[in-house]
Amino acid sequence: MISDENLQMDYEAVIGLEVHAELLTESKVFCGCSAKFGAPPNQNTCPVCLAMPGALPVLNRRAVEFALRAGLAAHCTIAHESRWARKNYFYPDLPKGYQISQYELPICLGGTIDIETDAGPKTVHLTRIHMEEDTGKNIHDAHGDASLVDFNRCGVPLLEIVSEPDIHSAAEAGAYLRKLRTILQYLEICDGNMEEGSFRCDANVSIRQRGASAFGTKVEVKNMNSFRNVERAIEYELTRQAQVLDEGGRLVQETRLWDPDREVTRSMRSKEFAHDYRYFPEPDLLPLMVSEEWIATVRRAMPELPDARRQRFAAQYALPAYDADVLTMRKDVADYYEEAVRRYANPKALSNWVMGDVLRVLKERKLDTALVIHEWPVAPERLAALVELIDSGEISGKIGKAVFEEMVNTGKPPVDIVAEQGLTQISDVSSIEAAIDDVLAANATKIAEYRSGKDKLFGFFVGQVMKATQGKANPQKLNELLKAKLSA
Amino acid sequence: MSMADLHRLSIEQASALLASKAISSVELTRAALRRIHATDAALHSFITITDDVALRQAQTADDRRARGDSGPLLGIPVGIKDIILTQGIRTTAGSKILGNFIAPYDATVTRQLLDAGAVCVGKLNCDEFAMGSSTENSAFQVTRNPWDLERVPGGSSGGSASAVAALQCLGTLGTDTGGSIRQPAACCGVVGIKPTYGRVSRYGVIAYASSLDQVGPMARTVAGCAHMLRVIAGYDTHDSTSVNRPVPDYVSGLGESVNGLRIGIPREYFVEGMDPEVENAVRAAVRVLEQRGARVTEVSLPHTEYAIPAYYLIATAEASSNLARYDGIKYGVREAESAGLLAMYQRTRAAGFGTEVKRRIMLGTYALSAGYYDAYYLKAQKVRTLIRRDFEQVFATQDVIITPTAPTTAFRIGEKTADPLQMYLSDIFTISINLAGLPGLSMPCGFDKAGLPIGLQIVGRPFDEARVFQAAYAYEQATEWHLKRVPSDQ
Repeated sequence: MISDENLQMDYEAVIGLEVHAELLTESKVFCGCSAKFGAPPNQNTCPVCLAMPGALPVLNRRAVEFALRAGLAAHCTIAHESRWARKNYFYPDLPKGYQISQYELPICLGGTIDIETDAGPKTVHLTRIHMEEDTGKNIHDAHGDASLVDFNRCGVPLLEIVSEPDIHSAAEAGAYLRKLRTILQYLEICDGNMEEGSFRCDANVSIRQRGASAFGTKVEVKNMNSFRNVERAIEYELTRQAQVLDEGGRLVQETRLWDPDREVTRSMRSKEFAHDYRYFPEPDLLPLMVSEEWIATVRRAMPELPDARRQRFAAQYALPAYDADVLTMRKDVADYYEEAVRRYANPKALSNWVMGDVLRVLKERKLDTALVIHEWPVAPERLAALVELIDSGEISGKIGKAVFEEMVNTGKPPVDIVAEQGLTQISDVSSIEAAIDDVLAANATKIAEYRSGKDKLFGFFVGQVMKATQGKANPQKLNELLKAKLSA
Repeated sequence: MSMADLHRLSIEQASALLASKAISSVELTRAALRRIHATDAALHSFITITDDVALRQAQTADDRRARGDSGPLLGIPVGIKDIILTQGIRTTAGSKILGNFIAPYDATVTRQLLDAGAVCVGKLNCDEFAMGSSTENSAFQVTRNPWDLERVPGGSSGGSASAVAALQCLGTLGTDTGGSIRQPAACCGVVGIKPTYGRVSRYGVIAYASSLDQVGPMARTVAGCAHMLRVIAGYDTHDSTSVNRPVPDYVSGLGESVNGLRIGIPREYFVEGMDPEVENAVRAAVRVLEQRGARVTEVSLPHTEYAIPAYYLIATAEASSNLARYDGIKYGVREAESAGLLAMYQRTRAAGFGTEVKRRIMLGTYALSAGYYDAYYLKAQKVRTLIRRDFEQVFATQDVIITPTAPTTAFRIGEKTADPLQMYLSDIFTISINLAGLPGLSMPCGFDKAGLPIGLQIVGRPFDEARVFQAAYAYEQATEWHLKRVPSDQ
């Protein structure tokens, strides 16, 4: 078995990724059918997406707008004239017998995605971004010997985002994919769900002797439906290729499928059996013209992108890099955070609440599976009000946690909860002193032990007083007063 | 006029009688259906005759008129080439593979005709997927030429042409990819026009070669075609290649004088070895227009000889892709008892497609294959550009171009089926017009010694169908070829 260290020493990994991102348009790219996921089979179909004789495609300009957003976000060159092409092959989920795609002249050329790696920041270059239509879905083993086809997905717009072979490790591939997904989610054009297939990745993986300039033999790896699987499949493939070369073997250009159960890649077809797709310009559609004005309009409506926002968060709110990173991972979370800070200016405290409790509840309630979260467990202004109650000494931080849970469960504002349940912090000296005196009076032996050097018992007394005050005693004051009484 | 003679009416004559309520659409439609049933056993123009639909639509047309509705096609019986979708009615494209296909929607042109009140009497035979020049490639039947039942009606819209010539209906729709309206119109002695590419919607028209296909009307007179084109022309949001520009009133402009009309006669279209009777008739027709003030100039279209090879690369390449959808999965005929997916595809398509369709799918697949694309498809597209430029140059100084429609009159059934290349040459004068996307009309300009009609082709600038109609109408007014009756009507 070849170790990773060996691999790193002798060989360099060369990886390019092809991502297919399903666009979140209301309707399909070449007909008016709904593009929504999850309808009963073949509900979202019409003569066009079923490839009925005589049916013709008509371009959904909204899908083009989404492609332009992606192109601008990735700093691509936008083609003022691009072309549609037919990619011809036979398969039951492809009703026309060809997929309308782009080939020679795609809508976006070049471009870059900046990622963070262990070795610091890195730029991954893009080859192109082109538009195409998704296929339907074949369903096997559901109806005896027969296979069924569901054409609901057929014609849903896709972006194919092709990177240059700039990626040199599985970890970099993972970082690139996560970054790309975050950008598409910020743009609100793709929900980025790898499990449901709205964000899919194929990897072109090869290795070469460290220092060599020629590329090694390329293997295309498919069927990876999570970020983790992409990383593992690439790791496996790199090790496998190194082993073949070390044993004096030769690699073949082929397509391999990742088997997530056995954690291996398996050969699907070699180059000789590769399809000849017979691309040619799609005669049913005019060339796609994108004017400077259209690009400008899309550019004006672009949201602040994750990198810019992360940097701004760190500077404007004096947050640690980690906080800025977590808060800007999702646009809706970043928006939520900024709304809360706008209501009450304690950025760090609010950051802690958002990163901790808010994200936890989102995850528990699976609210974070939505592309844009509209249903928040606690509205941002109420979270701000809660932090303000804590900062002002009205309630303790510990009580704050309980109030938060109550807010999540009841939907009530924090002030009401505090008032209803009498949770206001006890800060006046006499009340706390009275409670301390009661506790001390009941624990004469413990006092003696404490005074003889058992310091740890201080916590016991704090706990007893808190219990007596139902947790409402101002902890700082309690500490001061208790210390004074015990040392008296 | 007696009720027995109604089928002899032209569209404009019938339209006038319907408007004056001298006749009803039901009467007119009954006459057409009677004529169809009397003649079609010999002619085989129709794949499907829709008596019930027709009579219902005729009644609706009469009802509409009674409510004050009007229009030149309201109540007019027409036939539709079986490659154009008609909702609820079988639409086969002349192919076994669609032998059981009931169209789930109307083509835009069907809808436009029906909305205008036209009555659909049936679906017309054609070469399978419009691939052919004789209608012999239909999977169902061989249509006969009404002037001589031993001869072909031309193709691929042979049923559409023979039905008009044989007075089975007043007008028909055909499609034209390389001459499939004009060449059968010439063979059958009727008027047919292929409009400018983009003038008429292709939505719901079963595609043969998408960048060349156009729907057009056929009728016994120029005015009939003008009426029909007026109805079917125009932009369609369902067809991205249809063009958004106004549709002129072709009919009201028909009477304009041809005095000063500049006619170009391309020398490449009068080549040695062509049928002298055809050449003489066409030259005589040009003289008729010249006598009415047209100015005739010989012109050159130098890339003409490359049109046929370019066409058979582009059209077959597109066809190989367009016909991929007939895979037995979604509709049409399927060879279900096959071992596995590949076998099902192979057996379905082997059984479903005819020889000529398979030949063209293979040609087109080859032309698009890796390593051949540049040499064939790409080069053919460059030739296409050169051909288009030839026409642009001529139209810089000419208003219309006049040529023969076909090098010969209708040939005998079976005469060319063994030699595809000979068959392909039937379209030698029409194919360039498709490659250039121009409007082209064919009309009768005489008969040969065997009594077979000769076709005159008038070609116009892009979207200048109005001028083409004017020239054709002037010639029609000056001659009587369109009044000659087929033997079965004599």
